[in-house]
Amino acid sequence: MASIEGGGDGGGGHKKGPGVKKAKKLSTRVDMTPMVDLGFLLITFFIFTTTVAQPTAMKLFLPKDVDKPEEQNKVKESGAFTILLGKQDQVYYYEGLDPTLIKATTFKGIREEILRKKKSTNPEDLVMILKPTEDATYKNTVDILDEMTIAEIKRYAMVDISPQEYELVKATEAANGIK
Amino acid sequence: MPSVKIPKKSTDNDMTPFVDVAFLILAFFMLATKFKPEEAVEVTTPGSVSADAVPEKDVFTVTIDKDGRAFVSMDNPEFRQVLIQNLDKTRTLGLTPAEMKAFINAPSVGVPFGQLKSLLALSPEEMKKVKQPGIPAADSTGGEMYYWVRDALNAYSGRKLNLLIKADNGTKYPVFKNVLNAFKKNDQNKFLLITAPEDAPSGTPLHETRQKQISGGK
Repeated sequence: MASIEGGGDGGGGHKKGPGVKKAKKLSTRVDMTPMVDLGFLLITFFIFTTTVAQPTAMKLFLPKDVDKPEEQNKVKESGAFTILLGKQDQVYYYEGLDPTLIKATTFKGIREEILRKKKSTNPEDLVMILKPTEDATYKNTVDILDEMTIAEIKRYAMVDISPQEYELVKATEAANGIK
Repeated sequence: MPSVKIPKKSTDNDMTPFVDVAFLILAFFMLATKFKPEEAVEVTTPGSVSADAVPEKDVFTVTIDKDGRAFVSMDNPEFRQVLIQNLDKTRTLGLTPAEMKAFINAPSVGVPFGQLKSLLALSPEEMKKVKQPGIPAADSTGGEMYYWVRDALNAYSGRKLNLLIKADNGTKYPVFKNVLNAFKKNDQNKFLLITAPEDAPSGTPLHETRQKQISGGK
C-alpha cells in the first residue's frame, strides 16, 4: 500500500538485488460498511416515501337537469326508498313517499335496511333516493354511494333535499339529542 | 489450577447474502416508488370499494379541502397554456406572458380571478407559502368554477377530458354540490371521485359477485 517501508534506509530497495522485487500481496477485501449503511438509509427513505395504495376512482354519473316535469322519471311508491344524510354521520331513511315515516339509523345499520329493501322489492321498481343535507360531509356522500355499489343497487339518484324533509331531519336530530 | 481454555470463536459472520437482499429491496423500492405530485393542500380522501384506477393523462382535477377551498389543476402543460390564454381573454385578466408562464408551471391554483394576477406575479417559492382562498363556486350558476371548467373543456376542444374530484373527508356537502353544479352547467355529467381503496365487506352482494368473478376466472 501507500505505507513507507521501514528499515532506516531512506532510499529503500538498496539491499535487494536487481530484479528481485518482492510483490506485496494486497488484500482484495474492501470495507463495505459505509456502502451498506448508505444502502439501508436509502431503503428506509424509499419505504417511507413510497405510496403503497394507489388511489382509486369512483365513477359518478349524474342525470341532466330536466326542467319539464313530464320528462322526469316517476317513482313507484312501493319501490321508493329514501336515504337522508344528517350531521354527525347520522342516516335517516323512509320507505315509500311519505317523509313522516322517517327513521334514524347509522351507516352500519343502513346496509341491512338497504339489503332488506332490495330483497323485499321487485328489482324493476326499486329506486333509492339519496338526499344529503347541508350538514352531511363529503365522506358521508361517498359512503352512501358506496353502499349502493356494495348492495348492487342499479337505480339510485342523488337529489336535493326538500325543506319539509329537512325540517323532519332536524326534528329527529333534536329528539335524539344530536347537535 | 488448570485454566480452561475457551476456544476463540470468530464474531464475524458472512453478511453478503443479507446485504444482497437489502440491495435487491432497495432496487425494488427505487423502481416501484412514484412520488406524490405536489399539492397545494392536504386532503384525506374517503375510502370506497371501487377498483378502477385513476387515469393519469388528460385530467382536470378539482381538489376541495376540509375548509371548502377549491383548487384546480390540469396535468398537461400544453393545455394549461391554452386554458390560461382563454381565461385571460374571456375574463380580461390582463396577464403578462411571464404570469401565464407562472401559471403553466404552477401545480394548482385556488384563487378568485381578482387575485390571480397578483398570485402569479409571485415566485414559485412564495406561491407555496401564500394561503389561497379557493375558487368561488358558491351559487347555482357555479361561480367562477364554471369558467374554469368551461375553458378547460374548450382547451381540450372535444377530446376526452377526465374530470376528477378529490375532496376531503370533512368537506361539507354543499361545497361539493356547488362544484358539481359548475360541472353540470357545462353539460358534464360524468365524474370520477378519487378515493382510497377498500375491500367489499363480506356477506354483501358485491362481495359475492367479486368472489364469483375470482373463482370463475380460474
